[in-house]
Amino acid sequence: MDTILSVREVGKTYQSAGKSLTVLHQINFEVAVASTVSIVGPSGSGKTTLLGLCAGLDRASVGSIVLNGVSLDTLTEDERARVRNQYVGFVFQNFQLLPTLTALENVMVPLELRGAGNSRQVALDLLDKVGLADRGHHYPLQLSGGEQQRVSIARAFSNAPRILFADEPTGNLDAETSENVEKLLFDLNHDMGTTLVLVTHDLELASKTQRIIRMKGGQVVSDSMIDKTNR
Amino acid sequence: MMPDREKTAFRWIARMAWRDSRRNRSRLFLFISSIIIGIAALVAIFSFGDNLAKDIDKQAAGLIGADLVLHSNRELSVEGQAIVDSVQRLSTGYSAEQSFASMVLFVHNGGTRLVEVRALGGEFPYYGQLETVPEAAGATFRRQRQALVDKTLMLQFDAEVGDSVKIGEVTFEIAGRLERAPGQSGLSTTVAPAVFIPLEYLPATGLNQKGSRINYSYYFQLAKGSDADALASGLDSLLEVQRMGYDTIASRKRETGRSFADLNKFLSLVGFVALLLGCIGVSSAIHIYIKEKLNSIAILRCLGASSRQAFLIFLVQVLGVGLAGSVIGALLGTFIQQLLPLVLRDFVPVTISSDISWWAIAQGIGLGVCISALFALLPLIGIRNIAPLNTLRLSLDAPSPVRDRWSWLIYGLIGLFVFGYAYLQLDGVGQTLAFTVGVALSFLVLYAAASLLVWLVKRFFPSSWSYLWRQGLSNLFRPNNQTVILIVAIGLGTAFIATLFSVQGMLITRVSLSSSENQPNMVLFDIQSSQKAEVAQLVAAQGLPVLDEVPIVTVQLEAINGITADAARRDSTLDVSRRALGGELRSTYRSELTDSEKITAGKWLGETIGGDTARVSLEEGYARRIRVEIGDELLFNVQGVRIPTIVGSFREVDWNRVQTNFRLIFPEGVINDAPQFHVLMTRVPDEATSARMQQAMVQQFPNVSIIDLGLILSVLDAILDKIGFVIRFMGGFSILTGFVVLIASVMISKYQRIREGVLLRTMGATRKQILVITALEYFFLGLIASFTGVLLGMGGSWALAVFSFEIPFTPDIPVLLLLMLVVASLTVLIGLVNSRGVTSRPPLEILRKEI
Repeated sequence: MDTILSVREVGKTYQSAGKSLTVLHQINFEVAVASTVSIVGPSGSGKTTLLGLCAGLDRASVGSIVLNGVSLDTLTEDERARVRNQYVGFVFQNFQLLPTLTALENVMVPLELRGAGNSRQVALDLLDKVGLADRGHHYPLQLSGGEQQRVSIARAFSNAPRILFADEPTGNLDAETSENVEKLLFDLNHDMGTTLVLVTHDLELASKTQRIIRMKGGQVVSDSMIDKTNR
Repeated sequence: MMPDREKTAFRWIARMAWRDSRRNRSRLFLFISSIIIGIAALVAIFSFGDNLAKDIDKQAAGLIGADLVLHSNRELSVEGQAIVDSVQRLSTGYSAEQSFASMVLFVHNGGTRLVEVRALGGEFPYYGQLETVPEAAGATFRRQRQALVDKTLMLQFDAEVGDSVKIGEVTFEIAGRLERAPGQSGLSTTVAPAVFIPLEYLPATGLNQKGSRINYSYYFQLAKGSDADALASGLDSLLEVQRMGYDTIASRKRETGRSFADLNKFLSLVGFVALLLGCIGVSSAIHIYIKEKLNSIAILRCLGASSRQAFLIFLVQVLGVGLAGSVIGALLGTFIQQLLPLVLRDFVPVTISSDISWWAIAQGIGLGVCISALFALLPLIGIRNIAPLNTLRLSLDAPSPVRDRWSWLIYGLIGLFVFGYAYLQLDGVGQTLAFTVGVALSFLVLYAAASLLVWLVKRFFPSSWSYLWRQGLSNLFRPNNQTVILIVAIGLGTAFIATLFSVQGMLITRVSLSSSENQPNMVLFDIQSSQKAEVAQLVAAQGLPVLDEVPIVTVQLEAINGITADAARRDSTLDVSRRALGGELRSTYRSELTDSEKITAGKWLGETIGGDTARVSLEEGYARRIRVEIGDELLFNVQGVRIPTIVGSFREVDWNRVQTNFRLIFPEGVINDAPQFHVLMTRVPDEATSARMQQAMVQQFPNVSIIDLGLILSVLDAILDKIGFVIRFMGGFSILTGFVVLIASVMISKYQRIREGVLLRTMGATRKQILVITALEYFFLGLIASFTGVLLGMGGSWALAVFSFEIPFTPDIPVLLLLMLVVASLTVLIGLVNSRGVTSRPPLEILRKEI
């Protein structure tokens, strides 16, 4: 099976006021193409930091991360930005939509950054897919939390990413909306063949992925495949 | 050519800048509003300068009134008269004028005043006109025993056309009120209001006696096609020998243009300071804006935008609003320019037009866009360092631009820009450096004061004070506070006004003080030797003391160490002051020094024993200027008699005393018998006695001129008032910018304040309590800003008093305290008015919106 993400001996240490704080220590794992993985663990266990490193949002202090065959360790920030634009999608707990852009424009941004000519049509199609075809001209403040997250998902898939990172994607949503958003995520993952890496507290959501990596104190304490046949 | 890929990228950046600005346009405009006033000031001044240059060009002939003017400050010699005659033969029009200071008596009410009498013959002016009411008076007065009297005099003495004025021995009927004469400005008529009389009546007045200080002018209208400049430069060496000068339309135009170019440069520097102030406001506001945009920028970075793209999006926004602000500023400036002629009309001898100057507008807009972008770059470069990780973990602290090496480059560019702009306005690197360093120092002092305040409040936070006071104080150092920028902006404006008030007050006080302690406050001059005893008797008869009586002899310096003016002209290598040679000096003779003099070198000999060469004493500054040393030989021509002297001593003179002081003093026994006139000093107790004394003197001795301290004070007051008005007008731009920055700052942080206010109200705070907290915050801000501004102003006025005016530094503390209070109150008022949304919005509305 092909690997899209490879994490080898990764550690992250922050320096603050002359003291160092290690938040990740000797992390090793690989993620297969088109698989779904969740990273779970208590607060402060290093999940979000790990997600940030894997997505190329920050650089590891030690170890190496290879994303879609590209080693992130030696890239400059702008080179990593290009990698993100080409291969990566994001969904955040607090949606992270650009408040000054309409829903449609938010979805168009990744495509426009690539210089794609058909960005408007692709964005409209995606908004239609997430059920917001008629809300494209609304600003984020004019949308509910669930709607904002759906826009965020449409944006995440707009550049047809090879891998999608989601940080607590349902953390700010009620149960019913959460269920809709989860369904959307997994459907799109399935339809577009995108690898899905989730960070979550929600074990029920985690159990819907094929694999769960458990973290504690900055280390991976378990890495198990879910046996879907028992469900 | 830009490659297609780059074109697309730039288009996207422009589109993103446009999209992002849609929800922020009012706020962006608020940031840029700070520069509007500065741009308006500059465009107004540039336009004014442009129009003035054009007007001087157009009205140059009216400035001088003739094609060529020859002038001399002494009666023409035979050779001098020959020059005038020869030019007259080439002319189609010729007028002669003799002008001098003299007393005038308004017969109807006995009012007297020292004026500039201009006795005019011929049809001058040939260009422009003597503007009078009634209009015909300007032409008709010359044919009868009539006078034209300056409008300020008419007003002061409640005189009307048809009344009489007595000048010397002749009484003239007032033919008209003089509104304007060629080359005269409001300021010149304040100092020396003019009274025109026909030249043919001058002898009858008895005022043009030998020794009188009369200026002779000869106006020529040349035939069409004549070149006045060529003619004048051909006569130049002849005129120099006769110590005569000349003016042509071109030379007057150059001279006037140069003087007003200086005024314009000064005003544009004041406007530039207002612009700089506004730019600091822009920089501070953009800093907060970028802090709020931190998350959006991180998202863009997450989605794959490069740091350059993110930076450019916001740079394009700033350039866009900078352009909009500059255009609005230029429009406002074009409107203000219509007012400038009113503000400056007293200084300008031409009628100023107020045409739109497209060049000034273009300059203003260009300057506005460049400088707003330059200052905005400081916070904008921080964008390059915003990590996409902020989407996951938001850091409250935006990257500090100070730590970025690019920021030093931008500081350097700003410094260079300020220096470059100042260099274009000032003469030489020295002045430019002084201006740049002065501005930088003022900003630094205010910045330091603001930082000190924040530090002090934090360090000595009064934890035991009531909650409202603590909250008001803590607002000064909470995140996104505007303490530093507001203190700098308001403080600098206050410093301008404080300096102005202080200097104006000190000059007036100085003149008033000079009359205290029984010092003279009235000077009578032009007393002939034959009148000396009678004048003294008249003074005594009025019950007034004769405090001093000094003979004055006009002498001419003919040679220094044997080098005459002729020799100096022939050999330019001779080390001698060519300007001093041939120059006239008013001197006196006495045996003792006065208490305002001190010998600093050599020895004072008060008497010359028969046969000895006289040892004269020179004022040290004058000696320095004409480059002579103790023991040098000076040859004087005293009304035709040559008197050799030796420089015996140098004196330091206190010129600030109302006393007769001289650059040159002869000892007794050398020039005692030379033709001379006398000066007498007395002290009048009040205005009524002064008026009585002046009336009696003018009636009995019409040739005697009188200056009393009241006149000096009123002239000084009028001049300072006119200059002060201009400076207040220009300083007003800085103050206004300070308040615009204040309004912008309050509005920018308004949303944060609304949320805080709502949270406080949710927890039970009353509207009044929130208002008190806000008022206290702005009161502290306004007080510290105005206090620091006043301190800076005192520093500036101290420097001006000590180094420029050489007067004691006596600041008017109550006025400065009042200024502080007014500025602080205005700050509170603006702060409260702009914060009113904080208390008027329902809490639920805010909480639901999660601002």
